[in-house]
Amino acid sequence: MIQFLLLFSRQGKLRLQKWYTAYPDKVKKKIIRELIATILSRKQKMSSFLEWKDSKIVYKRYASLYFCACIEQEDNELITLEVIHRYVELLDKYFGSVCELDIIFNFEKAYFMWDEFVIGGEIQETSKKNVLKAISDQDMIQEEETPQGFFEDHGLGRNGRKWYNNATIGNILKMVNAVYFF
Amino acid sequence: MTPPVKGDGMRGLSVFISDIRNCKSREAEIKRINKELANIRTKFKGDKTLDGYQKKKYVCKLLFIFLLGHDIDFGHKEAVNLLVSNKYTEKQIGYLFISVILNHESDLMRLIIQNIKNDLSSRNPIFITLALQCISNIGNREMADAFAHDIPKLLVSGDTLDSVKQSAALCLLKLMRTAPDIMPTGEWTTRIIHLLNDQHLGVVTAASSLIDILVKRNPEEYKACVSLAVSRLSRIVTSTYTDFQDYTYYFVPAPWLSVKILRLLQNYPPPEDPSIKSRLNECLDTILQKAQEALKSKKLQHSNAKNAVLFEAINLIIHIDSEANLLVKACNQLGNFLSHKDTNLRYLALESMCLLATSEFSHEAVKKHQETVINALKTERDISVRQRAVDLLYAMCDRTNSEQIVKEMLAYLETADYHIREEMVLKVAILAEKYAVDYTWYVDIMLNLIRIAGDYVSEEVWYRVIQIVVNRTDVQGYAAKTVFEALQAPACHENMVKVGGYILGEFGNLIAGDPRSSPLVQFELLHSKYHLCSPQTRCLLLSTYVKFINLFSEIKPQIQHVLKQENNLRSSDVEIQQRSVEYLQLSMIADADVLATVLEEMPSFAERESSILSSILQKKKPPVDTLGLKEDKIEKSTHNAQNGQSGLEAKVAQVQSVASVQPIDLIGLNSTPPSTKMHTPVKSDQDDLLDIFGGPAPPPTQSAQPAPDSNNLDSLFSDTFGMSTQIASPVAEMAPFSPILSVQDNHMQFIFNNMDSLFENEALRIFVTSEFKQNLARLSLGFLNKTNFVFQNLSVQAVGSNELVRVVPRPLETNAISSQSELAQVLNVECVNDFSECPQVLVQFSCNGAQSRFELNLPIFLNKFFDPVQMDSQTFFTRWKNLSNPGQEQQKIFKANFPIDKDRNSQTLINFGWSSLSGIDPNPENFCGAGIIHTSTQQYGCLYRLEPNRQAQMYRLTIRSNKESISKRLVELLDNQF
Repeated sequence: MIQFLLLFSRQGKLRLQKWYTAYPDKVKKKIIRELIATILSRKQKMSSFLEWKDSKIVYKRYASLYFCACIEQEDNELITLEVIHRYVELLDKYFGSVCELDIIFNFEKAYFMWDEFVIGGEIQETSKKNVLKAISDQDMIQEEETPQGFFEDHGLGRNGRKWYNNATIGNILKMVNAVYFF
Repeated sequence: MTPPVKGDGMRGLSVFISDIRNCKSREAEIKRINKELANIRTKFKGDKTLDGYQKKKYVCKLLFIFLLGHDIDFGHKEAVNLLVSNKYTEKQIGYLFISVILNHESDLMRLIIQNIKNDLSSRNPIFITLALQCISNIGNREMADAFAHDIPKLLVSGDTLDSVKQSAALCLLKLMRTAPDIMPTGEWTTRIIHLLNDQHLGVVTAASSLIDILVKRNPEEYKACVSLAVSRLSRIVTSTYTDFQDYTYYFVPAPWLSVKILRLLQNYPPPEDPSIKSRLNECLDTILQKAQEALKSKKLQHSNAKNAVLFEAINLIIHIDSEANLLVKACNQLGNFLSHKDTNLRYLALESMCLLATSEFSHEAVKKHQETVINALKTERDISVRQRAVDLLYAMCDRTNSEQIVKEMLAYLETADYHIREEMVLKVAILAEKYAVDYTWYVDIMLNLIRIAGDYVSEEVWYRVIQIVVNRTDVQGYAAKTVFEALQAPACHENMVKVGGYILGEFGNLIAGDPRSSPLVQFELLHSKYHLCSPQTRCLLLSTYVKFINLFSEIKPQIQHVLKQENNLRSSDVEIQQRSVEYLQLSMIADADVLATVLEEMPSFAERESSILSSILQKKKPPVDTLGLKEDKIEKSTHNAQNGQSGLEAKVAQVQSVASVQPIDLIGLNSTPPSTKMHTPVKSDQDDLLDIFGGPAPPPTQSAQPAPDSNNLDSLFSDTFGMSTQIASPVAEMAPFSPILSVQDNHMQFIFNNMDSLFENEALRIFVTSEFKQNLARLSLGFLNKTNFVFQNLSVQAVGSNELVRVVPRPLETNAISSQSELAQVLNVECVNDFSECPQVLVQFSCNGAQSRFELNLPIFLNKFFDPVQMDSQTFFTRWKNLSNPGQEQQKIFKANFPIDKDRNSQTLINFGWSSLSGIDPNPENFCGAGIIHTSTQQYGCLYRLEPNRQAQMYRLTIRSNKESISKRLVELLDNQF
């Protein structure tokens, strides 16, 4: 079981957290601090796995973002790496070349996506198609529920572009394809 | 192509996020956030009703602020309000807020559960999914109670959409973790198992996670899943990657499902049915075969997914541990990975090989890779990989390769990372001891160890060296010679001085014939280090000196001179001062015979299990402090478990080494009450020692008796000194662990007591501390693992459905207990109504492959929920008379078990929980009192009268309460307690 998932930037800023084990808030903050510090201090060629207390940490860096999952002793590290990767792929497909800013500005979407993919710390649906279908169904409903002309009223084009400046942030998936050893 | 805007354009939210990002400083950010919080607060409080969109937007902002690391203490109500909305997007944000922010014990929980109920019964599957996701995110006890009934139905119903089934399966799994008692059995079993045959692979994947936990709870019930799992696995393994469409991941068919099934099968022994067994072996063989084939893609994802399945298959092969052929193949495959360029693979291969090294079938095959592993130790750049290499070398070490492995580990120690040095020192020490044939080799290794990594040599380690040298006459001369040489180094570690001092004090005479190590030279060499040492070491050296007086009378004047020196005789350190004074006196007044007796050579140490072995196993212990246990007592017992017992033998050694310089003890007057002065050093350890030797905690009646301190002390001494006659064998063997299937707990002892050992045998101790407050209680079961193995998968579940007492285990942060350490399971208990039967819990854990499973009576009795009541005589008798309906009074006459003692009886009654009132009964010999029992349903007033009859040595106990069952139960509990 995945006990928790953390997304944080190279600057050590937490971008997303998802907990499947109930800890008091204070403990959570301590864990987050500890892990971010540990992982950021590791060099790039080091293994993606860490022993941590009674659990295992599996992490991977995509461009400016670190994805870090805590799993139990009996869990499989490699398949967890691929859980992370599949999540990145899902985000990428959905946002179209996902970058850190997408996750900052649409954090709720990132949560919804994760919830369609993993429930209670266990993988629910490994098919990319099915997860994306579920999310696009959500978007359909959203569109229906949003009053007509709403976006224009608020100064956002319907077929609008990402209005925040995206240029400086490395494209995550570019990294994905670059990081292999064969 | 420009990507579309995601989210539904909560413009205000985006602006806010941008503002935050534009803040130049932390202060500016906090200012902006506070402004926003104030704004939202006003909006939420304002008269104008907010529409759903606005509410959603503000809740979302709060969520964002929370994610930035700020605490959010309002808005919960508004978030819950969003759940009522019939708009999906508003509901969704409401649920998200609840899942991310809400505390498990919120006042709003009832409301939330109601809303979830509504959504679960919705006809719209997307609402059902939202509800299920929320349950699996929070999944507390209340939810388990509310939904345990509905979710299994959803799971197996033919009408349910596949995606909903998937969510339902994992939702149920989450609830099972919180509340193991909701386990579906009976007719559900077959239907749930058959989900493994479902056509939809997503359903199968989710179901296999659920089945895994069900199997862990009740392997027998779910046994039928094995054959289905094997055939499912076989279909995946023999398929081609095109067969599964979207469930193929980078050319690997259904890797997640494969891993899950391989895991699931590790819950069972190898299948008994020969056809299933051979089918499973074929699968495993095919997976190993495929690992040899060329990669179908150069993408890392392909090889990761493929190897994930491979490693899990190897885990299963190791678990089965009977197919030599597969084990050796697995080992060869891992051998290839040892020199792979992917660090992750090297790491995992080293880790898996550690397990293979422990199997008799593959141990030799692992040894073939020894050179590669040693090389990894030298060249790996990642410390976590080097650590795995150390572990593997340790695991693959045996009599044939121990010399080389120990040599390499010693060499690595010189450059090893600081934080693994201590563990490495222990490992080297253990291997050296375990495989020593020639003890001169052992002595060399250990002295080298101290030389190289003296700072990391713990006390246990050097005590052990001394024990072994003392116990083996063949090596004593060599040891004396070697330490003498080692001490000649200009800078030598203090631990070396300690070992050197001790050994020369005992065996210096064996090398005194050589003029290069004559008595005077030995003494001067040691004394040249004296001033650089800590007081503790100086004390030890002083003892060595006094032993020299006995061994070499010719240097007595020089030693007396040292003892007389100001800085010893008048040292500010009491211990140094005391030793100097006493040794000096001893040397002056005692004649040679007395000296020879007093300062005789140490007898052999009683052989106990090596404490360093347990400390290495303890290294990986999980911290228990995060459980938030405030009770001092628990902390104390944990502390003892960690410090005291791990060093059990060490402590003994310490006491013995102290004893060697305490003449009175050695002469054998151990029944003499020890003078505090002589025993200062022993005293400091006394608490721990009492704990260690005292075994189980004292019986409950002890509170009323004087504690038998002196007895314990006697037994402590006779234990410490009496064992010396036993023949020692240097290599400690691990005692095998036999699973515990039932226990004789002593829960009845807790009637008057809230803290005691509930159960203890040679492997496990369960120590209970409990607190009671009105109708609620909190118990902490401290599980102390006394073995040298790790207890895994500890689970404590309430048994049956005791509707009168509800027991809810708090989720454990970890479910493994390392050797010699303790883990506390906290149970929350609610007394719903009066009860007679003690609630039970089912305790399960596995150790060394054996599954322990037993029921434990919790020491929870009706009287624990008492509050004493004070009242005057008139009130008492008025109430007494009011309770005169049939059944309300229960009476019992019984023989006195103890001499009739007024104070003791009064104390017993008070300990029972109610008051002991004086001046109420006309007969001053009698006892009266009252108490109120708190339950969630009702409170019950209870009165009693206890009349002793000294002539007959009998008692008559009368209890009245407003419920017959209560009076009866209280009489039962007090019967024979006086």
